[in-house]
Amino acid sequence: MIQNISCKINSKPVTLRVDVRQSLLEVLREHGYTSVKEGCGSGECGACTVLVDDVPLDSCLYLAVWVDGRSIRTAEGETRQGKLSEVQQAYLDSGAVQCGFCTPGLIMTSTAFVEKHKGKDKISRAEIRRAHAGNLCRCTGYESIIRAVEQCLAGAEDRDTYDECRLMKDE
Amino acid sequence: MFDLDSYHKASTVEEAIALLAQNPQAIPIAGGTDVLVRLHQGHPDYRHLVDIHDVAELKSISMEPDGSIVIGSGVTFTDLMEARIITTHIPVLAEGASWVGGPQVRNMATVGGNISNGAPSADSAAPLLVLNAAVVLKGPQGTRQMPLHEFYQGPGRVDLQQAEIMTALRIAPDDYQCWFASYYKYAMRDAMDIATIGCAAACKLEGNRVSELRLAYTVAGPTPLRCWKTEEKARGAVADQALLQIVGTSVLNDLRPRESWRSPKAFREQIIKTLAERVLQKTLNQGGVSIS
Repeated sequence: MIQNISCKINSKPVTLRVDVRQSLLEVLREHGYTSVKEGCGSGECGACTVLVDDVPLDSCLYLAVWVDGRSIRTAEGETRQGKLSEVQQAYLDSGAVQCGFCTPGLIMTSTAFVEKHKGKDKISRAEIRRAHAGNLCRCTGYESIIRAVEQCLAGAEDRDTYDECRLMKDE
Repeated sequence: MFDLDSYHKASTVEEAIALLAQNPQAIPIAGGTDVLVRLHQGHPDYRHLVDIHDVAELKSISMEPDGSIVIGSGVTFTDLMEARIITTHIPVLAEGASWVGGPQVRNMATVGGNISNGAPSADSAAPLLVLNAAVVLKGPQGTRQMPLHEFYQGPGRVDLQQAEIMTALRIAPDDYQCWFASYYKYAMRDAMDIATIGCAAACKLEGNRVSELRLAYTVAGPTPLRCWKTEEKARGAVADQALLQIVGTSVLNDLRPRESWRSPKAFREQIIKTLAERVLQKTLNQGGVSIS
């Protein structure tokens, strides 16, 4: 049941020999993309979230053969030449990482959400929360994650004000 | 690795039917969010797969010249939430789709799978039932079509013959034009949850009279169900407080809720009654009728 498939992983074109019985999660981890975590294995926790053609999905419930001809993005690929992506940096800034197991999956969900909604007027917290409902985090209580996403959506101009507000609140 | 005994990929509906006909044990896999979960649990009934994930002809949403809306069975819930035809003409279906699982699941799971697996809790089922949707089935004997409520036969059982697959859902113009409709899912959590009770209502109005009412529930019986007796009682009634009460009292006669770990029977009955009134009221409000 072996097949050859061609796809892009983090912009790099690759040809992979995969077993049709394998999930995308298994194949990515086998090839060293270990940011992709297996949590529940049944589409409930979102730890294995990757983007396929920029759409977030659970790689544990996705057959590897389905990515033939498609582009995959994982958290590794978001860091370019040692520089964190905007979303990754925002997670760091707002302390949205604790044990870290859910983080790569959440980063990919947030990345897709920010790319889709950047520049739009007023995205509500409820919308951000609903868009992240497929990712479980047992440490943070989600608040810091929502703040990270808000920081990205606010863009550079508003960020100073935003940080000031936060500092004032922290004090 | 999933424990599969055979796997064949189809690129057209014809090919899928031929592959299913060759192997009576085989089942189709589209979005994978049910089948792969079952396989992950080691379920033996899903070991022969015909893969219809990339069958392009199942993925379109279109409107025919007569106004019929045709939804391919391979359309995902995210597609339903975002497609203009759906959000403009039958927003109740977009609403139902938006309560399925979480975002990742909605990006993968298909409406055809949601209906074909016969789940009593299918979020798309109640909106589709009040839209009087028909299912289009294709098999070795050709194409046939039937109302969705006839397609359901029992828990997990639908009227799919050997080697047949659902190719589309079809909604006739008379079933959505001039209708108002809404859906409410009652669940313990706002996402990643299965409904305790789901309720959809649709009505047509003549002044302050309900000329036609359709009411459908999920998780209130062995399959998603229409409330035929209650609908009959409401026909032609003035939209007032008394009607809400009649509907709320009558609706349990149409349904067979059961006890499960998710909810006791008595609680389901309470929710059924409450939702009948609230969802009907919300639907009437859409039509400009408010009941105080």
